[in-house]
Amino acid sequence: MLRIAAFLVACLTWMTPASAQQADAPIQQLLQTHSEILLKSSRRTIGPAVDALANSGLPEAQTVLERWQNKEMWVDEDSGLFVYAEEVDRDTLRIFDFADGSEIGVVPDDGFDQLKPNSGIRGMIGTALVQFQLSDPDPANRATALDAIERGAEESHLAALRASIPTEQDEALLQRKMRLERLLTIRYGQTDAERIEAIQHFDGDLGVDVRAALNPLLAVRVEAAEALPEDPDIGRVLQPGSEALSRDDAYALLVSADLAQPRISRADKRAALVANIDGGQVAGVQVATLDTEAARDMAYAALAEQGVVEAVATEAEVDERVANHVFFERFIGAPPEVVVAAQLALASIENKVALNQAVDLSLDALSLASIYFLAAIGLAITFGVMGVINMAHGEFIMMGAYTGYVVQLFIPDYTLSILVAIPLAFMVTFGAGVTMERLVIRWLYHRPLETLLATFGISIALQQIAKNIFGTQARPLTAPGWLDGSLVINDIVSISYIRIAIFVLALLFLALFLFVMNRTRLGLEVRAVTQNPRMAASMGINPDKINMLTFGFGSGIAGIAGVAIGLYAKVTSEMGSDYIVQSFMTVVVGGVGNIWGTLLGATMVGFLQKGIEWLNPSNTLAAQTYMILFIILFIQFRPKGIIALKGRAAEA
Amino acid sequence: MSDVALGSARRPFALRFPSVLVFLAILSIFTVVVTVLSEGFGVGVISTSFVKTLGKTLCLCLVALAMDLVWGYCGILSLGHMAFFGLGGYAIGMWLMYARTEIIVLESLAAAELPPTPEEVSDGIATQIFGVVGASEFPPIWAFAHSLPLQLAAVVVVPGLLALVFGWLAFRSRVTGVYLSILTQAMTLALSLHLFQNDSGLRGNNGLSGLQNLPGLSDVPQSIVSMWFFWASALALGLGYILCAWVVSGKFGSVIRAIRDDEARVRFLGYPVEAFKLVIFTLTAVIAGIAGALYYPQAGIVNPAEIAPIASIYLAVWVAIGGRGRLYGAVIGAAFVSLLSTWFTGGQAPDINLGFYTIQWVDWWIVILGLSFVAVTLFAPKGIGGLVDVFIDRKSPDRHGADLGPDQGALREQEAEK
Amino acid sequence: MSTLLEVSGVSVSFDGFKAINNLSFQIADAELRAVIGPNGAGKTTFMDIITGKTKPDEGRVVYGDRGDSLLKMSESKIAQAGVGRKFQRPTVFEDQSVFDNLMMALKKTRGPLAVLFFKPSSEDEDKVAKLAAEIGLSGALHRKSGELSHGQKQWLEIGMLLAQDPRLLLVDEPAAGMTPAEREHTTDILREAAKTRAVVVVEHDMEFVRRLNCKVTVLHEGSVLAEGSLDHVTKNEQVIEVYLGR
Repeated sequence: MLRIAAFLVACLTWMTPASAQQADAPIQQLLQTHSEILLKSSRRTIGPAVDALANSGLPEAQTVLERWQNKEMWVDEDSGLFVYAEEVDRDTLRIFDFADGSEIGVVPDDGFDQLKPNSGIRGMIGTALVQFQLSDPDPANRATALDAIERGAEESHLAALRASIPTEQDEALLQRKMRLERLLTIRYGQTDAERIEAIQHFDGDLGVDVRAALNPLLAVRVEAAEALPEDPDIGRVLQPGSEALSRDDAYALLVSADLAQPRISRADKRAALVANIDGGQVAGVQVATLDTEAARDMAYAALAEQGVVEAVATEAEVDERVANHVFFERFIGAPPEVVVAAQLALASIENKVALNQAVDLSLDALSLASIYFLAAIGLAITFGVMGVINMAHGEFIMMGAYTGYVVQLFIPDYTLSILVAIPLAFMVTFGAGVTMERLVIRWLYHRPLETLLATFGISIALQQIAKNIFGTQARPLTAPGWLDGSLVINDIVSISYIRIAIFVLALLFLALFLFVMNRTRLGLEVRAVTQNPRMAASMGINPDKINMLTFGFGSGIAGIAGVAIGLYAKVTSEMGSDYIVQSFMTVVVGGVGNIWGTLLGATMVGFLQKGIEWLNPSNTLAAQTYMILFIILFIQFRPKGIIALKGRAAEA
Repeated sequence: MSDVALGSARRPFALRFPSVLVFLAILSIFTVVVTVLSEGFGVGVISTSFVKTLGKTLCLCLVALAMDLVWGYCGILSLGHMAFFGLGGYAIGMWLMYARTEIIVLESLAAAELPPTPEEVSDGIATQIFGVVGASEFPPIWAFAHSLPLQLAAVVVVPGLLALVFGWLAFRSRVTGVYLSILTQAMTLALSLHLFQNDSGLRGNNGLSGLQNLPGLSDVPQSIVSMWFFWASALALGLGYILCAWVVSGKFGSVIRAIRDDEARVRFLGYPVEAFKLVIFTLTAVIAGIAGALYYPQAGIVNPAEIAPIASIYLAVWVAIGGRGRLYGAVIGAAFVSLLSTWFTGGQAPDINLGFYTIQWVDWWIVILGLSFVAVTLFAPKGIGGLVDVFIDRKSPDRHGADLGPDQGALREQEAEK
Repeated sequence: MSTLLEVSGVSVSFDGFKAINNLSFQIADAELRAVIGPNGAGKTTFMDIITGKTKPDEGRVVYGDRGDSLLKMSESKIAQAGVGRKFQRPTVFEDQSVFDNLMMALKKTRGPLAVLFFKPSSEDEDKVAKLAAEIGLSGALHRKSGELSHGQKQWLEIGMLLAQDPRLLLVDEPAAGMTPAEREHTTDILREAAKTRAVVVVEHDMEFVRRLNCKVTVLHEGSVLAEGSLDHVTKNEQVIEVYLGR
């Protein structure tokens, strides 16, 4: 029955315009040549077919590969001819000829088998297709092809890439192609000379891709030998017991190279002994005496002598063996000349990378410094100008941040909410500062330790109140969209816009502070009260009012700093205490009573912290520990900070 | 003329300072009463957990004494004494943990076919103790953990040495006043951050736990063990009180109080102020370490959070509320505030329903504590101990702002210094 | 008479202001010297330098028989070496009794351990009692010194200074706030003290200086303007111009 049906279908096909199919077209012939493996469709065997298509030079090959990849290639069960087809509906196909792309007709799909390449084969087809896409008229397609090569380069891409370069018109694409060509040459170049030349092109290039291409060339295998071979591909000589090669690893290497007897772990030795306990004895040794490793070694050796267990190396033998061998690295990634070139290129790249990392680190440090500066500037005002220690300063920062959070609950637009939050945070903390000054601080002027204590009490209370109101989990303070992302300068140097914004904010505050203190009546009066309150009072300045305003000003700035810090970190009731010690360090290191000192202090603390983090990147806790220790030591040598006042003014 | 008064300095110590006798009498009576009412040795009115609370309170009183000595008498507002306290706890905790784990490991290995080797025992203990931080080897600082005498020495030596080094650095560069407070706070912060790290060798933020179980005494019920520690704490407090009273009573006390009031003037009298400060700072650190070593076995666990600066701030709060510059004030403050704190945060205090809001004391107690601290600073600088003055009608001059004299007008002393 | 203290070529400046400018000064054992000068002449800074409170930018300060440099010594070491100082403003330890104040000042080993185990002997107490009698505070020995009147505090401070038994006494305006009778008594004590040790008195009150009847050094703008008997210096044209006249 089926045969008849098939025959009928075949007749139908024959009678329909299918007769137009060019069975002798070169592309069809090529397909027929490889028909068997095409139909078998196995990843292991398909290679020659794909290669033949790709290298045929036939213009239709691209179509074939694309259709094949998209599972649109069908084969006529009778004639064995290949066509591509669109499904009209479940049972009907509209088929086309590969040779000229002409429609052959609409037929039922019963007589055709769909070629279903699996993902592995599709990947191979895709690779093969790249060479066609590289010369595609559409620049977007060419760019896509380059992306594909960058993601997964193959040896075959190199020739295709080279072939496409002379015809490339687009300048940007040409640059990309040439760079990619060199990268591929490094990997797959035929001769050492061309690889070396390509490597030399990349001197000082910061691209991660370059390092990715070069590093495999330097791959090494650790080997051991009685004497160091004279081969040119020998790299470092390793000392057993050093960081690069532990004694155990060295010996394991010897064992794996059959240069030494295996060792046995304590647990295995124990198991072997236990397995051979015989009437309270192991190889004639009383079990009860086996309570030291030495005794167990002897028992094991006795067992080995009896041939019950395999002999193993003793520690002394291990030492001897290891001492009798040289351990060295052998370059296995590339021939020696290429390795040398790659080492040179990598060295120059690493120099440049180090430089850029230093720049990046400096930017990080700068932004950290601006955060500390923001956090400390309010403190510097109250501590430096008024001589008042405000331990609740950190809690004012927290209040500012929570103000921002609450504002965002009411104003969903992030840009607008930040613009509202900043002045509002200033007002809230200004109010809190003035209240605190009126109720507590002014009774305690010139009693610094008691001020410290009282503000501690306030700090404890404020922190707990915030916890009671907002809970213990962190609250978000979301930055406006235009502050998302980073300013990327190259693969290594980048800085997020939020950090830039905080830096700018810090500069603004410095300017504001300098303006207020040096150019306004308020600043003049503040300085007067600072230097001599009684004299200022007799000149008609109300020191009470000035102190109140100064304290409010300092607290208000803490509030704004809180908004900025909230954008950068999470808002919690404990965020204040995270910054208070660093803020005090900043003020103390900088020198009390001088805004430039605070700036220098913040810079120093910021750079110091980043520097220590860089030395020990895995552990920020340790970084903070070391930074504090450093500051404690620093204060030994400059007890009055970087910028110290001298003479009678300093004793006030 | 004033022979009687002059001779007073040579009368027996206890007679000159009746408050010491009164304190010791109260402490003894308290100890006896608690013993009689305890579960372990008496009628069982006081639960074992409350005995532990009382024992811990006695240790807190002892560290408050140290704080009073260094702050109330010598004027150094140290925010590091709870760190010394915690170090004492860590030092004894290392032995407790090591010794107990050793017993467990030996028991489990005893069942094995072969007798254990020292290496196996050591590995077993290390895996047990450091498994939580993903390590299985002993860090170098555990080198003495096997030995009780050495770890007991560490209780004294480690805080003492840290205080000595830190104090020497700080005092010799003439860091004083709030600067010194902030510096001690920084030291405390650095120490707690260090201990928070897993590779500090002290189990990171897990701290040392299971300290309430005495090695080899697992058969003794906690009701008995808690009383032992209670007695030890009471004894330590009593001895500590006598020591502190002796230190502050003589010329040494005179000098440190003088340092508190006018450091520069003491220097011009020829006293090496820095050395005196260093002695007091180190001595009190040692007392704090001993107090901690008695406290943490009763608490059962010591972790880096206990060392955080806030703990030292609370210590200052207790002493201030109790009344600084008098030893019994520190004891009263520590006992009063910490017991009240336990009561409030333990959930025993009834919530107050205001209709629109329910005041839960667990949440609001800290707020009240903070604000009452401000109030004490502002309105009652003498603290609770000041009440004693009211009873015995003792007046002392207000040191702050005394008149300078006729030729200086109406200036007050503090202002004239500026 | 051998030289006890020699200050030579000392200068110190605070933020550019020269408080002491190339000052040289000598005093012998058992000599009484008055230092006068207008406000800001550097009298207090001069004392600060000798007592080690301020370190000079340049110059030498040599003291004692062995010619030790005071510049390398701390304040407490200088005090132990026998330099006593009385401040302009009476600074006694107000929270402590007169007895404690005097006992603290009494010449004894100053180290912390020695002080910790110190027990006053009856001799020490007799000394304190004698000093108290000399300064008229016998009846107030066990009162807190903060309760004393201003003049009594001045006396107490002088008593503490004498208790230290210094070789060199630096006294800053000792007579401020005293009645005429008390001033007379002060002059007597200072003159008596100067029989066995060197005494430098800084004073404004010319009557008081005249009564001391000693060599006078006039300071002006941080250096010595004139030196000699009171009559000699008051005749000096420059002194009249900067200090007395104008």
